[in-house]
Amino acid sequence: METIIRTKGLSRDYMVGAQVVHALRDLDLIINRGEFVAIMGPSGSGKSTCMHLLGCLDTPSSGSYELDGEDISGIGPDKLASVRQRKVGFVFQAFNLLSGANAQRNVEMPLMYGAVERESRRQRASEALDAVGLSDRAHHLPAQLSGGQMQRVAIARAIVNRPSLLLADEPTGALDTTTGQEIMNLFRDLNKQGITVILVTHEEEVANFAQRILEFRDGCLTSDRSRQDVLGMQSL
Amino acid sequence: MKFSDTLFSAFSSLRSNILRTVLTTLGIIIGVAAVIAMVGVGAGAEQRIQGVMDTLGSNVIFVNNGSSVSSGARGGAGSLISLTEEDARALQEEGDAILVAAPSIRTSAQVINSSRNWFSSIYGAGSGYLEARGWDIVSGRTFTSQEERSPTKYAIIGQTVATQLFPEEDPIGQMIRIKRVPFMIIGLLDEKGETPWGGDQDDVVFIPITTAKTRITGGDRFRGPFVQSITVQASSAGEIMEAERQITEILQRRHGIKPGQPDDFTVRNIAQMVTARAQSERIMSILLASVAGISLLVGGIGIMNIMLVSVTERTREIGLRMAVGARPKDILFQFVLEAVVVSLIGGLIGITIGLAGSIAVARVGDWPIVASPIAALLSIIFAALIGIFFGYYPAYKASRLDPITALRQE
Ligand SMILES: Nc1ncnc2c1ncn2[C@@H]1O[C@H](COP(=O)(O)OP(=O)(O)OP(=O)(O)O)[C@@H](O)[C@H]1O
Ligand SMILES: [Mg+2]
Repeated sequence: METIIRTKGLSRDYMVGAQVVHALRDLDLIINRGEFVAIMGPSGSGKSTCMHLLGCLDTPSSGSYELDGEDISGIGPDKLASVRQRKVGFVFQAFNLLSGANAQRNVEMPLMYGAVERESRRQRASEALDAVGLSDRAHHLPAQLSGGQMQRVAIARAIVNRPSLLLADEPTGALDTTTGQEIMNLFRDLNKQGITVILVTHEEEVANFAQRILEFRDGCLTSDRSRQDVLGMQSL
Repeated sequence: MKFSDTLFSAFSSLRSNILRTVLTTLGIIIGVAAVIAMVGVGAGAEQRIQGVMDTLGSNVIFVNNGSSVSSGARGGAGSLISLTEEDARALQEEGDAILVAAPSIRTSAQVINSSRNWFSSIYGAGSGYLEARGWDIVSGRTFTSQEERSPTKYAIIGQTVATQLFPEEDPIGQMIRIKRVPFMIIGLLDEKGETPWGGDQDDVVFIPITTAKTRITGGDRFRGPFVQSITVQASSAGEIMEAERQITEILQRRHGIKPGQPDDFTVRNIAQMVTARAQSERIMSILLASVAGISLLVGGIGIMNIMLVSVTERTREIGLRMAVGARPKDILFQFVLEAVVVSLIGGLIGITIGLAGSIAVARVGDWPIVASPIAALLSIIFAALIGIFFGYYPAYKASRLDPITALRQE
């Protein structure tokens, strides 16, 4: 199995006044290409902090991080941006679509920072919208879409640059159960196509889509169990 | 990120708030409009001054009779007749900054030929006067000095008189009558055009001063040696002041005016007359320049202000752009470009308004419209620089945002 994520002693401390908050402590983690991982844990346990570090949005206070064979520790903001552009797709709880741009342009946006030509940009954005089942909504503004549809656009935007890693921080948090299930089905389909998916959730049903569940408590990884057997049973 | 993409996103974010964009650019609009109007008005005034210089003759100084004072009441200009033909001769001979000093008297009368008649200005003046005014003969000849000194009945006419009295024939050699005195036309003057104050300079007949005194203005005020004015040409533009000084000195001596006594003549040069007229235009230019400067400054600060607001409002967007791969310099460039686009829009509107304004002012003030492409280009460049200068700080702030904090913003 090919390793895509390898962290050693990864920590993130915040200074709040004179007090040090250990948001993430000494994380040693290996994730292989093609895995579907769910991160769970109580509020404030460091899940988002971990996601930010894995997604190269933040730099660790200490420890090392290797993404897709590239050593990320200690590289500057421009290089970090370039890693995000090439390798990482983010999905947020709050969708974060640009309200003034239609679905198509929202999805195209990451490609602009990769200097992709307009024609192939259009092409790839259409493909991504197609993959999330929204080809017929390409020219709708976010305000003209439902929550589930907006999250699909956000997912299309996350996969348009063909990332090796898809990160989602509570992607179903703002959706009802049915819509949440649809979104999760989408993540599963994408995972089956070979994209490594890591998502944060509070809900057991959502976590059950994953093959592997990590649990955090007070910034520490406390449990790491595989659901391989369970999935195997389900498929019978 | 490619330039065209950045430009496109700058336009789309500005379009989402058109009213605000326009209000933001107001300062730039007014500033640039003022610059364009200022340059237009200034250049127009300049051209007009140059035009006046050209038509009245260069380096010309007018010496006129002064005003009389009798029992405390001062008469108008020319009420005290003191200038003589001798004065003119003395000026020309003694003043080394003086090239020509030509006496003249002026009246007006009906000019008649066999079938037509025309009311025109009659100048008793010789070739010296024409020389001082830089006025050429286009056909025929000027007076000889012999003819000028004796009361010969020769005349030189201006273009207007020629077209009025001799629309078809060549006027040279034709006869005209002024106050029943027959004159033979020996010369035709070049076209001079209008004076800045609207008089037709070509509506004129020149006859020798001696003839004018004895036959036309006879019994008038300019009897014997006296003349109405002396037209002086300084030897060069730089010598005008010196020539004026020499005129005053020579005439004071000749007229026996003691120090402290008022002069019985006046000395004015074209430059002074024109300068006085140009003064109001210059004041207008200065006013416009101040308006331009202040407006551009205020406009720049307005842009900075609105860009700061925009960065705050769009913090999440900035965070998102960073999350999907925008580098800090991409964000910096995007916001600087937005500021530049705002200023350029303002600049273009300003140029349009400024041009319209200077055309209107030129129409009302009746001077040439001068549209300066260089001024327009410079204004545009300057507007862009204002955008860069005042947009840089907000853009820099945006580029330094932490993506996580930015994304968490409500
Ligand atoms: N910018 C910050 N400054 C200071 N402390 C922070 C900052 N961001 C996070 N923390 C702290 O780090 C800890 C972990 O936060 P994190 O956001 O990772 O939690 P979480 O597991 O995602 O919680 P939730 O489930 O509520 O989203 C928390 O105690 C939080 O207060
Ligand atoms: Mg969180």
